[in-house]
Amino acid sequence: MLKVSTAPHVYSKTDTVSIMRDVIIALIPAGIAAVLFFGIDALITIVTAVAGCVAMEYIACKMSKIKPTTGDLTAVITGLLLAYNLPCNMPVWMTLVGCFAAIVIAKFSFGGLGKNLFNPALVGRVFLFVSFPVQMTTWLKPQFLDFMMADAVSSPTTLGILKHAPEKTAALEIPSYLDMFTGNIGGSLGEVSALALLLGLVWLLYRKVISWHIPFYYVATFFMLNAAFWLYTDDFGYEPITQLLSGGLFLGAFFMATDYTTTPMSINGKIIFAIGCAILTFVIRHYGAYPEGVSFAILIMNAFVPLIDKTVRPRIFGTGRK
Amino acid sequence: MWYFLRGDDENMTSLMFYNMAILAAIAVVSAVILYFTAKKFKTESNVLAQEIAEILPQANCGACGSAGCQDFANRCAKATSEDFKGLYCPVGGKNVMTKVAAKLGFDVQSHEPMVAVLHCNGTCDNAPDKVEYTGLKSCRLANRVFVGKTGCPNGCLRMGDCVANCPFGALEIDKKTGLPKVDEKKCTACGNCVKICPRGLFEIRPVGKDGIRVYVACKNTQKGALARKNCKAACIGCMKCAKICGDVKIENNLSDIPACVDALQYGEMLAQGCPTGAIVYTGKINNE
Amino acid sequence: MSKIKTFHVGGIHPDKFKISSEAAISDAPLPQTAVIPVRQHIGAPAKILVKKGDFVKVGSLIADADGIISADVHSSVSGEVIKVEDGETSGGYFEKMITIRVEGDEWEESIDRNPEINREITLSSEEIINIIRQSGVVGMGGAGFPTPVKVDVPEGKKVDCLIINGIECEPYLTADDRLMQECAEQIVIGAKILNKALGIQKAIIAVDENKQKAIENLRKITRSYVGVNVEVCDTKYPQGAEKQLIAAVTGREVPPGCLPIDVNCVVQNAGTAFAVYEAVQKKKPLFERIVTVSGDGIENPMNLRVRIGTPASDLIKLCRPKSDIGKIIFGGPMMGTAVINADAPITKTTSGVLLMEEKSVFVPEEGACIRCATCVNVCPQGLEPYAIAEFTRNGEYQEAKKIHVLDCIECGCCSYSCPARISLLDYCKLAKYEIRKKK
Repeated sequence: MLKVSTAPHVYSKTDTVSIMRDVIIALIPAGIAAVLFFGIDALITIVTAVAGCVAMEYIACKMSKIKPTTGDLTAVITGLLLAYNLPCNMPVWMTLVGCFAAIVIAKFSFGGLGKNLFNPALVGRVFLFVSFPVQMTTWLKPQFLDFMMADAVSSPTTLGILKHAPEKTAALEIPSYLDMFTGNIGGSLGEVSALALLLGLVWLLYRKVISWHIPFYYVATFFMLNAAFWLYTDDFGYEPITQLLSGGLFLGAFFMATDYTTTPMSINGKIIFAIGCAILTFVIRHYGAYPEGVSFAILIMNAFVPLIDKTVRPRIFGTGRK
Repeated sequence: MWYFLRGDDENMTSLMFYNMAILAAIAVVSAVILYFTAKKFKTESNVLAQEIAEILPQANCGACGSAGCQDFANRCAKATSEDFKGLYCPVGGKNVMTKVAAKLGFDVQSHEPMVAVLHCNGTCDNAPDKVEYTGLKSCRLANRVFVGKTGCPNGCLRMGDCVANCPFGALEIDKKTGLPKVDEKKCTACGNCVKICPRGLFEIRPVGKDGIRVYVACKNTQKGALARKNCKAACIGCMKCAKICGDVKIENNLSDIPACVDALQYGEMLAQGCPTGAIVYTGKINNE
Repeated sequence: MSKIKTFHVGGIHPDKFKISSEAAISDAPLPQTAVIPVRQHIGAPAKILVKKGDFVKVGSLIADADGIISADVHSSVSGEVIKVEDGETSGGYFEKMITIRVEGDEWEESIDRNPEINREITLSSEEIINIIRQSGVVGMGGAGFPTPVKVDVPEGKKVDCLIINGIECEPYLTADDRLMQECAEQIVIGAKILNKALGIQKAIIAVDENKQKAIENLRKITRSYVGVNVEVCDTKYPQGAEKQLIAAVTGREVPPGCLPIDVNCVVQNAGTAFAVYEAVQKKKPLFERIVTVSGDGIENPMNLRVRIGTPASDLIKLCRPKSDIGKIIFGGPMMGTAVINADAPITKTTSGVLLMEEKSVFVPEEGACIRCATCVNVCPQGLEPYAIAEFTRNGEYQEAKKIHVLDCIECGCCSYSCPARISLLDYCKLAKYEIRKKK
């Protein structure tokens, strides 16, 4: 039978699933790094989170009587990101609670794919963070290539050291740049290795999944703020590169703040969003009670997205030329 | 009350006074601003109109010809008894209008109950699909792209823009026929389907005695053979119905049975006399 | 070499599929009967001048322009008029058409059939516009706006630049490409004629960068024509859209709701320039055009010189269609229309007939919007198709109007690239339709 349709009659090959597949590929290096440094515990957490999120999504779809949307791979990404935001020795049931918060509370109660206001993985993380503060802030010292993590000892994160230790000793305990860059530091699974995250970013940019604006403006603004305060005030005893490489900044800037659904649509909106995230991260890290502020900064900026979308619109062709 | 304010600490007391003074000042300023804004942006409404609006169904469907229920209520409140004759809420029907009339002290005007009817019988059986349409499911859009799946340039496109736009949920695509079906109980004759249909297939007609109507379910003006090529139930302008009842008019190869034709008297004859089945009779047909 | 020019907002790079670019233009055989619609242009249908039984020659006037925005229609064949009634269009609707049974190929005596190129432009501006009007020339890019109206500059407006649109950014189509390769000089002369009609000296022929042979050809010829320049534009869709082309070539942006003439530009298709040359220099009215027959459902893609009114099915047969055809498109795959009646006649605006195999017809299944902003990034007009779609779904057409849906040029970039396969363009079209209806 002859088909008739409206124009256009050809379509690009990129669809939702292929985009999500690219994001998963981009997340793989960080996962490998996590397993290399944190061994089997990391693997268990990652597998639990991914399986948990997919299962939650399937159940949520069944409960709300819609066709299961697990095939679009978004739940896998949420699971991966959630796992990357957890310490390696997280009890399995707690991870599952996080999956529930991420998929059911943050995603499906807002209407499912594309409707959620807040980044599901971050909601999951923050939910766990306020529910189980002890487990969420107990970090193990990485044991490179020691798969079973035989003699694991707890170790604070770089930011923890900066926040809580007296200033003079802090300078001594801060890991080297190389350790921070490769990921040989304590911290959440996916955030430790800047190298792996950069590899993922390169893939995302190469596949044109994201534009460079959010990662660049987020990291650059954050770096400039730190540099400015480090240079011109006396209170800031730690230099900007350590700030950049420690904590979840790269993970947040590359993967969380670039999440399609919870970020603005226009390029200018994205820039505003990224700068807002950077300022909030800076403020929380330096003046807040918590050592790390990336998740809260992104979640707070998520809430501004509808407002940004409404006010910052792209330039209509033929009007208001610069 | 003053007891609490008279603390030992003189500073504390003065601080509290300052606070109260500032808060009071803010309150006064806000009140003034609110007063003037309210005055400036005051909407036209009086008590009578408000009371009438409360009686109305508040569907805001626009069937009465006003911009919404509030607008209709405003017009009623201002109306003279002569004006009021032209105002009628088809959704609320006689019930609501009696109440409105009572509020105003006018007589209630009688209005025949109406219902929407579809002037197309191009069901999946009568007018099978010739092509597949894969664009956005919207009649208004498809109408601009091509003639429709059935090939009839006047017939129903069967994509349900009317269903999506019915404010009362009175329309539904019948799975078997593919055509929108009017639920007479829910239909308020608001006329939204008449406005939305790109081919003007809906008409608001009197419900008729005992809900019995007779009408031509076709709008095709093509010549008989061409029309029948696409749809078995097309009106071919054969004049048979015109011979049965003198009020039936045939123009452009298309028959039109006006609402004034007595369905009880002619309906059955007309429906049975039609060689293609383009005439729909809602009463019972006695086959014997 | 000058820099490659382009527009800077949005745009996409669909696969080109220019499989017919090496096929030289050949003459399509005369049809047995030609069916000529009287409305092949934007505006009022032409008034029919012939009746059943009349004998017409090739080039005879058979329908007269009705009003200013309308165009004359000429017979494309010689023979007897056998029907003057409603005929089926490509979309299945019925419109007034003149059916002529072909007998021989007898041309009007006034037409100069000498193939030699006539380079001398002797006529005045008014005379040129008059001849273009009498020859029924309309924009041949697809919209079919009557050319004389465009060339006749209204009072108070100024034109300083004529742009000949040699860009064929639609996949598959190669009709203009072939024309520029084979008849480059005629197009340049056509541009000079249009220049004279407009009373200006400057003309720019814009060609996209993947047509190297056409560019070379045109560059060689324009050396001997003062004021005509060739500009190379990037191969990007929708580079050939009027507003985007003006932005690329001159840097001027046509404001919303305005016409190219408001930024002192006139854009004419390369095919139109050729038709103008033939009309003015050869006294040959517009009754044939180049049509690309292509697509993956065609075994032998061709570029054909076709008489207006030839049934498309004749051309399809000539180019050997494959067995399972899923879709037939008149025009390009981005903006063309899918047809249900392959017997519909070729009109002045049919630039291509594309056949798609059943298996390659993609049926989009609408998913949830993931807010990826691709539609915002690719829209060449800087619109927000996702928001327009949302407003349209909710019936809030006035809100859609506020975010400039009326500036949509219907290029289809948004629908093409939406990863959730939402028919964004359809929503935009629907909103435009509703807003225009309400007026």
